[in-house]
Amino acid sequence: MQDFAVQFSHATHLILSGDPDLWAIVLLSLKVSMLAVLISAIIGMPIGAALAVARFPGRRALIILMNALMGFPPVVVGLLVYLMLSRSGPLGVLELLYTPTAMIIAQTVLVTPIIAALTRQVVEMLAEEYSEQLRSLGVSRLASVPVLLWDARLALVTALLAGFGRAIAEVGAVIIVGGNINHVTRVMTTTIALETSKGNLALALALGAILIGIAIAVNAMVSALTLRAEQEGLRHA
Amino acid sequence: MRDLVPDMPSCLEVDRLRVERNGKGLLDVPRLLLDGPGPTLILGPNGAGKSLLLRCLHGLIRADTGRILQDGHVLNAAHKARQAMVFQQPVLLRRSVSANLDFVLKRLGLSRAARKGRIEELLAEGGLDTKARQSARSLSGGEAQRLAILRALALGPETLFLDEPTSALDPSATQMIEAMILRASARGVRIVMVTHDVGQARRLAADIVMMQGGRVVEHGPAKQVLEAPRCPASRQYLAGWLVT
Repeated sequence: MQDFAVQFSHATHLILSGDPDLWAIVLLSLKVSMLAVLISAIIGMPIGAALAVARFPGRRALIILMNALMGFPPVVVGLLVYLMLSRSGPLGVLELLYTPTAMIIAQTVLVTPIIAALTRQVVEMLAEEYSEQLRSLGVSRLASVPVLLWDARLALVTALLAGFGRAIAEVGAVIIVGGNINHVTRVMTTTIALETSKGNLALALALGAILIGIAIAVNAMVSALTLRAEQEGLRHA
Repeated sequence: MRDLVPDMPSCLEVDRLRVERNGKGLLDVPRLLLDGPGPTLILGPNGAGKSLLLRCLHGLIRADTGRILQDGHVLNAAHKARQAMVFQQPVLLRRSVSANLDFVLKRLGLSRAARKGRIEELLAEGGLDTKARQSARSLSGGEAQRLAILRALALGPETLFLDEPTSALDPSATQMIEAMILRASARGVRIVMVTHDVGQARRLAADIVMMQGGRVVEHGPAKQVLEAPRCPASRQYLAGWLVT
């Protein structure tokens, strides 16, 4: 018990003293996850919006696949990205394995289905409401996509935050493709796993506290935006 | 803009229009000519096909057979671009009041300065000039419907379809909307409006289309239909019977 108190005290000291190693890990985590969410948004939002408004054979199957991909095991994603980026893989020449870029790719693969599926859900509900009015105003189905995305903006920010929550807390995929190299690819989750196994609980605890703080902040933002969206009638469920 | 120019409204003609669903005829209108000045009001009980006829006239629903003519020509995309529709429940974009108007004016290709001036005119027309920056979703029911009508008028339509626009509104809000409709009609916009309210038909209509069971049972000048309806179904409806 006394040992735990000592470790906790060290962890607090690490956070408050602005330990450069600790904050470098935090910053790299934020950078990797934010970039992954940004790329996922660029890919996932148009896909989700297109699935919401377009009607074509196989659409339902695509929606089911996309929803299933939301629960894709991170370690399997890590393994697949590893195979793609490994020296003998199709993208091996790029030499991206064990770099932050590889981690961004892995997180993008994990987060894109989440953002696409949530976007599809939000935009489809809005499209149902707007459909006749937009047609009456002469807006084509394709031209309605940016209108719907803009009008669903608050709910879509919630989708982005959900994706960020998934990315920042992810460990399985990034440890496989990133390799947990000190000062290069070490992020909060992988450091916690490593330092705990080494018995360096102070650093693990400090990073854990920061990770929990980020999770709470993200959830608070989601709640605030959801509340605002409800007040503006943005949510229909 | 069309809605600023006094003019005779365009002529709408329905020719052998029929809509079926699952083998059941929902709408069967062999002929209907809307060519007189002043608003046309469509009356009838629920399920009479009033809203369906309105959507067919506006091109939102494609009829199984028949055609719609505007000024003697089969309704095409260019005609549809000069039509607008206001729904029973106003569907407003999740933007400010002025952004809702700006949305349609941008689509017309107006410059920023022209749009700004036109938005000011429209807001004054609908008595919403103090609400320009307010979120459209926070407007009251009457204000929201006024904005929906202004947005439709912003398109400069030749024909304005209204589907029970005042059904959920109090007398004061209804009065403001009726005044807007009459002003648009006076400017030469053809008004085709669905209502359940016989009093409203009395106040607004130049001619009345009575519908029942997907058919037009009577069409004539408002005075004649209201005071001496020829069809028994019209007589019962106008007398306040519970016609189904």
